[in-house]
Amino acid sequence: MSEKKKMRATIPEEEYMFPGTVDCQGCGAAYAMRLALKALGPKTMVVIPACCWSIIAGPFPTSALKMPIYHTAFETAAAVASGVKAGLSIREKEATVLAWAGDGGTFDIGVQSLSAAAERNEDFIYVCYDNEAYMNTGIQRSSATPWGAWTTTTPRKHPKDRPKKNMMEIMAAHRIPYAASATVGHPEDFVRKLKKAREIRGTRFFHVLATCPTGWRSPPELMLEVPRLAVETCVFPLYEIDNGVYSISKKPKEKLPVTEYLKVQGRFRHLTDQQIQYIQEHVDETWELLLKKEKLGRLF
Amino acid sequence: MKEKGWKECLWGGLIVDAGNSVLYKTGDWRSQRPIRDEQKCTDCLQCWIMCPDAAIKVKDGKIVGIDYDYCKGCGICCKVCPFDAIEMKEEGEK
Repeated sequence: MSEKKKMRATIPEEEYMFPGTVDCQGCGAAYAMRLALKALGPKTMVVIPACCWSIIAGPFPTSALKMPIYHTAFETAAAVASGVKAGLSIREKEATVLAWAGDGGTFDIGVQSLSAAAERNEDFIYVCYDNEAYMNTGIQRSSATPWGAWTTTTPRKHPKDRPKKNMMEIMAAHRIPYAASATVGHPEDFVRKLKKAREIRGTRFFHVLATCPTGWRSPPELMLEVPRLAVETCVFPLYEIDNGVYSISKKPKEKLPVTEYLKVQGRFRHLTDQQIQYIQEHVDETWELLLKKEKLGRLF
Repeated sequence: MKEKGWKECLWGGLIVDAGNSVLYKTGDWRSQRPIRDEQKCTDCLQCWIMCPDAAIKVKDGKIVGIDYDYCKGCGICCKVCPFDAIEMKEEGEK
């Protein structure tokens, strides 16, 4: 091969996240931020409530991003982002405001400020990187933890007995202009959705499945494979809700059984065949419902 | 990295130099080291796209090396390489 074939991905080249971040090996959240900043470009301001990213961005006095970061309290990500956007518009400056919260700061603690901001249709992008438990404080259960998963507060003898909260539906119920789910295993899809969201005005919500090798008890080199399996098994469907129109971004050609996804993670090690059957039924149900919603066309 | 005293810190705990996390070298966390085979590498940049720590050095669309100051040795680059040009070796092993 005299001239090497050039493969060019749609990922922008500029780097806005510097190395030296203190995330774990194979952290999905750090990777998600790297992609998000590449997609959104230099004119971005980041608001981070208490989550893994409060420490990943650097222990004082270091900062890992080229952008201004505002570290704030756990429940206030959306409220602070609204304030930052209001301040920017008073000073007539154009910038994308990115609120970057974990699943604890979105599903549990931050849901009231997020709901209020979404109702006012504040102009910012809210990204929830979902690692399905309070990973920063030592893997405690959150309302994003899936049914049957092990955490330190739901030990193997009593795994979590409630299903995961459907945050996308909660956000869609606010009738925001754009909501999308993405994973770190599909970087081009995530970047495409962020670029699309950047051009929209109003509250834009992202639900990003970000692998946590520490808390999921999965090998760090499988950081990309685990969310891909989640999509292939329909545990975590990739879809977007654009002004009330559902569209599924990736339909698996052949739907894999959920065991493929569960067996690579140590947190599901204790599940019996009966429990796996229950998970499979639940996943099938939600997937069918989503397919129906896509067919209905515009829903709001 | 030298820690600042309270007199040198800014009011409100502001950090004015963006990106000074590069002073914090995370490479010593590593237990496995990725080794790149230049013969097999075709500069497809898959490892650069997938590296969560931005530790693959790229110049003019070509990979010039791996930044061992920051690489944590997660092994993702080895996993995603379509040409098996990166292999993981135990740290200290020749």
